[in-house]
Amino acid sequence: MPQSWQMAEAPDKAAKAAGLGLRTGDGCRQEKSGGKKMKKRTLALMMTAVMTAASLAGCGGGSSASATTAAPAAPAASEAEKEEAKEEAATEAAAPAAAADGELIKVGIINNDPNESGYRTANDADLKAMFTEENGYDASFAYSLKNDEQITAAQKFIQDEVDYLLLSAADTSGWDSVLQDAQDAGIGVILFDRTIDASEDLYLASIVSDMDKEGETAVNWLAGQGLDEYKVIHIQGVMGSAAQQGRTGALDAKVAEDSAWTLVTQQTAEWNSEKAQQIVQSVIDSGTDFNVIYAENDDMAKGAVAALDKANISHGVGKDVIVMGFDCNKWALQELLDQNWNYDGQCNPFQASYIDDVIKKVQKGEAITEKTIIMDEKGFDATTITADDVEKYGI
Amino acid sequence: MTKKKMFFSSRQIFIPIAALILLALFNLAVDPSFFKITLGHNSAGDPVLTGYLMTILDYGSEVAILAIGMTLVTAACGGQDISVGAAVAIAGSVILRVLVGIGGDGTLQAPILVGFLAACVVSMLFGAFNGVLVAIFKIQPMVATLILYTAGRSIAAWINNNELPIVTDKTFTYFGGFIPGIPIPTPFFLAVVCILITLLVLRFTTLGLYTQAVGINSSSSRLNGLNPEFIKFLSFVILGLCVAVVGLIKTSRLSTINYSVIAKDIEMDAILAVALGGNVLSGGKFNIMASIVGAYVIQFLTTTLYKFNVSSDALPAYKAVVVILLVVLSAPAVKDKLMSVIKKQKGVG
Repeated sequence: MPQSWQMAEAPDKAAKAAGLGLRTGDGCRQEKSGGKKMKKRTLALMMTAVMTAASLAGCGGGSSASATTAAPAAPAASEAEKEEAKEEAATEAAAPAAAADGELIKVGIINNDPNESGYRTANDADLKAMFTEENGYDASFAYSLKNDEQITAAQKFIQDEVDYLLLSAADTSGWDSVLQDAQDAGIGVILFDRTIDASEDLYLASIVSDMDKEGETAVNWLAGQGLDEYKVIHIQGVMGSAAQQGRTGALDAKVAEDSAWTLVTQQTAEWNSEKAQQIVQSVIDSGTDFNVIYAENDDMAKGAVAALDKANISHGVGKDVIVMGFDCNKWALQELLDQNWNYDGQCNPFQASYIDDVIKKVQKGEAITEKTIIMDEKGFDATTITADDVEKYGI
Repeated sequence: MTKKKMFFSSRQIFIPIAALILLALFNLAVDPSFFKITLGHNSAGDPVLTGYLMTILDYGSEVAILAIGMTLVTAACGGQDISVGAAVAIAGSVILRVLVGIGGDGTLQAPILVGFLAACVVSMLFGAFNGVLVAIFKIQPMVATLILYTAGRSIAAWINNNELPIVTDKTFTYFGGFIPGIPIPTPFFLAVVCILITLLVLRFTTLGLYTQAVGINSSSSRLNGLNPEFIKFLSFVILGLCVAVVGLIKTSRLSTINYSVIAKDIEMDAILAVALGGNVLSGGKFNIMASIVGAYVIQFLTTTLYKFNVSSDALPAYKAVVVILLVVLSAPAVKDKLMSVIKKQKGVG
């Protein structure tokens, strides 16, 4: 029987409340919210207080449940209940693509923490804008940067009988059994943003950035700069993530095959600008020579540049050190436009429309021809970027 | 009596200093260039001193400032605040919210001082929240602060509507960098100011004595006319103030914020600093200077490890090994044993 807890499309504050609530312990999320769908604003605002209550009560309080499930944006509570009842009938009738026409399609979205980076914030905002009740969706969100927590969330969504499970996995491995469960329950799984190491049969489609290609594009661009020697400070993301593997892979391959390329240091800063700053600071303190900073995201490139500025090492177009970043944050592209950085590789965060396409197709009974849908991505060069690009592609 | 007390505290501060000397000797033996300091210019053309030692002073100061508050909390409550990292995120977020605002273009909307004061107020309020839980509701400090630890970063993100404001004003970078004309990193000065204020407060008020009394035996201190709840509460509020200063430094370093990673795990470093300072983690006697030296020891260690190109995700493991050694050595049981061995040696000699 479908649970009546549903946070549905929940903008800003309420969604944050949901994010918070998830961390108090998963037990809370299962409780029914009943008709408590009013006063969401107040609830969201009272989050801190509720957190306290939840934690104090060892996760037992009904109040925490009402907060975690805090309310869809649309006011019609009774309507939602009616729909649920209808949906129940529909679920029994047709297993995989449950909801009939006019019904809300129930999707469970598992994403990484939107605070992780500008990329994730844009990604999350894009999903929230797409999966609304106006667009025919009843969406629940779960956030975590940890694979095991994500898997737990997936199990919850399966129990709650969502129609589709949208997943951006924190880690590539460990998903086989839970996706098998989803398949057995007739839930369509759509991967977005990140691939996983699992059989292709387990999911409907995978809408991803080709991280290997991103890395190759960047490394090819760097090779095209025609330096005599490439002494690279390589700042990696969280080890094991697809973005790190793809972006590292291309550079590692190039360094292995070309003797003019050396890695001055290769360290993970875990997407963290402060760590990146310390790593670069350490290289500068040691007096080692370098001429390229290859940072696997914009934040880390920013940290690296802060260390360079401190030591008066010039960077940017025609300067001593080439600075490369990824993700195309608006401020990063602005740095390119100002010629302070040299290159930024795009990692397209706007997957929602692609996902929507896939779901619409499945609902109509069409076959998905391509399992892996790769999004268009560019690499920007500081010498050719325009102000329009900053506006259009900045996230 | 006072002489005995002096002796105790000087012995306590000996531990982190010994660790510092040990690390310094190690670096001297392996690569003396570690101690090289050069006077250069940053990209704005201002003179700056660079070198590993400067990096240690720079980054160690953040933990040193937090160690002040953490020592007081530890001494008064016999427990630690694990929410400081999240609280730093909140403080930083408040500063940026006041200075730039949501959807701002990066220019200052208010004087930096106003932003900082706002952060102080908010941080002290969150400190007070922790303090009430611990002092009034008698919740274990680690459990009480777990709440803010869990929720803090999301609250920080919420304050700025999940945007990442960027400050373009150059003066804002002074606090985490250099003030033009002064070649020593500003965080060090901020740490010195905080330390001086603390020492003055401890010298001219009874805060230190009361804190110790409450930490050693809360009920007997009540019988002696103290208000243990207030002292515990106060220690958290003071820590809140320290948090606000670190929030300013952290956001100033990059002129922006990243809610999920800013000051990540800094609470562990702060607690370590207190432990390294030889303070009893179950409350009671404390020595703030020892904690501060402990904070710089931790950064010394981190910088050393970075220098030897230790993979940064392996860093905590190395830290742990060294910390185990230091903490075991400074444990009262081991210390007494060592002292008696030394005394015997002296007696024989």
